[in-house]
Amino acid sequence: MAINKIVSTMDEAVAGMHDGAMIHVGGFGTIASAPSCLLEAVSELNIKDLTVVSNSGGFGKEIWGEHDVAVLHQTGKIKKHIVSAPTNPLIVNELETRFRAREIEVELVPQGTMAERIRAARVGLGGILTPVGIGTVIEEGKEVKEINGVKYLLELPLMADFSLIRGAKADRWGNLVYNGTSRTFNATMAGAAKVTIAEVDEVVELGDLDPEEIITPGVYVDRIVLRSAPKAKDNYEEVAQRAADKKEKEEA
Amino acid sequence: MNDKFSDKFRLDDQTMALRVAKELEDGMVVNLGIGTPCLAANLIPTDKEVLFHAENGCLGFGQICTAGEGSPDIVNAGGQPVEPKPGMCFLEHCDSFAIVRRGLLDYTVLGGLQVSEKGDLANWMVPKKEIGTIGGAMDLALCAKNTIVLMTHNTKDNQFKIVKECSYPLTGERCVNMVITDIAVMVITEDGIVLKETAPGWTAEEIQELTEPTLIIDPDLHDIELV
Repeated sequence: MAINKIVSTMDEAVAGMHDGAMIHVGGFGTIASAPSCLLEAVSELNIKDLTVVSNSGGFGKEIWGEHDVAVLHQTGKIKKHIVSAPTNPLIVNELETRFRAREIEVELVPQGTMAERIRAARVGLGGILTPVGIGTVIEEGKEVKEINGVKYLLELPLMADFSLIRGAKADRWGNLVYNGTSRTFNATMAGAAKVTIAEVDEVVELGDLDPEEIITPGVYVDRIVLRSAPKAKDNYEEVAQRAADKKEKEEA
Repeated sequence: MNDKFSDKFRLDDQTMALRVAKELEDGMVVNLGIGTPCLAANLIPTDKEVLFHAENGCLGFGQICTAGEGSPDIVNAGGQPVEPKPGMCFLEHCDSFAIVRRGLLDYTVLGGLQVSEKGDLANWMVPKKEIGTIGGAMDLALCAKNTIVLMTHNTKDNQFKIVKECSYPLTGERCVNMVITDIAVMVITEDGIVLKETAPGWTAEEIQELTEPTLIIDPDLHDIELV
């Protein structure tokens, strides 16, 4: 039977998610790179105690006009967040509020280390050695190896149950290309989970993607779903203004 | 410490970024931190070919776009749309940080909360806030050939930011090479912090008063040079 990873609804795309699952959420922190439709679908599931891995802590739909990872905090789905940029200078997000209220656990990871820990899972490595974090709080509780006179931290793989990622185009084999800087952690997380789910702007015929341009080979991807919303406009100035307005309102 | 210097002239963000731009030479690979450092991308003379790296996965981009212009899929690490340029490429996140850890960045320019006289940097968390953003700062500060810290010389309530020992959690040990503030340009050496340039109207004694460790005064101390 022909390979076909394309599913027709967001509900089918997020089928099988369960209490306590570990989930990679792709993107950098911009809405254009976020798997926002998948996140909305997960937020509507009756599940809890998720461990989420993502670069940023999110801003929320009221800032972007579309969901980012913040929706999983707003709906109380997250027990632990493994994250490099949990907070931002513009607003106090839900992650920050919940962390101060001792409702969630946060594990801080330097961004390059996070990328390599995710990659280690995707490529079948037992861990990585990085000099980043030596002499800081990141070193606490970790094994230090000295090689040729340089100290490295042993950092362990982050293998998830599900990766939720955002792509530009996919074919039915799951081959993926991305849009510019929205490639980011989306390509890193593809394949670093038991099930990788990609929401895309466009599904194309097999053969339409040039083999030289495919960034993620389809073998790393399990489900493809077409986005259910038009692409957000993401005007930087408007978003920054909405964040400033929210902050002002909260401080008043 | 008091704010007896509150009426004196201080460099604004654009001018501090312009001073950063002066350090950048043809062929250099440079990562600019979120906020004020990012402005330097708009202040490079057009005859200089500097490759800007943004940790979200872009190498070789141009200026920050004018308001309302640009693509949400071509952005710097602060999420601001930037101009595409011939030769530019996009990077998956591991590749982006491979370039950092491999030591291919000539400069990174970061914000700071505290810099110690040994060149330790603290820039990710004010302890009373309980949580902060490390982002790419640890990778960048440790692995770039040169780390410039761009920050105000003191906190809003006139506390030292250039200190003997950092009291805030560290971003990296002995990683800072240069500090550009709103009143001074300093370099970190084995012997301590050398004061090289001052904002117009400031004396070395006044800057020392706003700095915790004892400064070494460069024999060639002069007003800040922007070009």
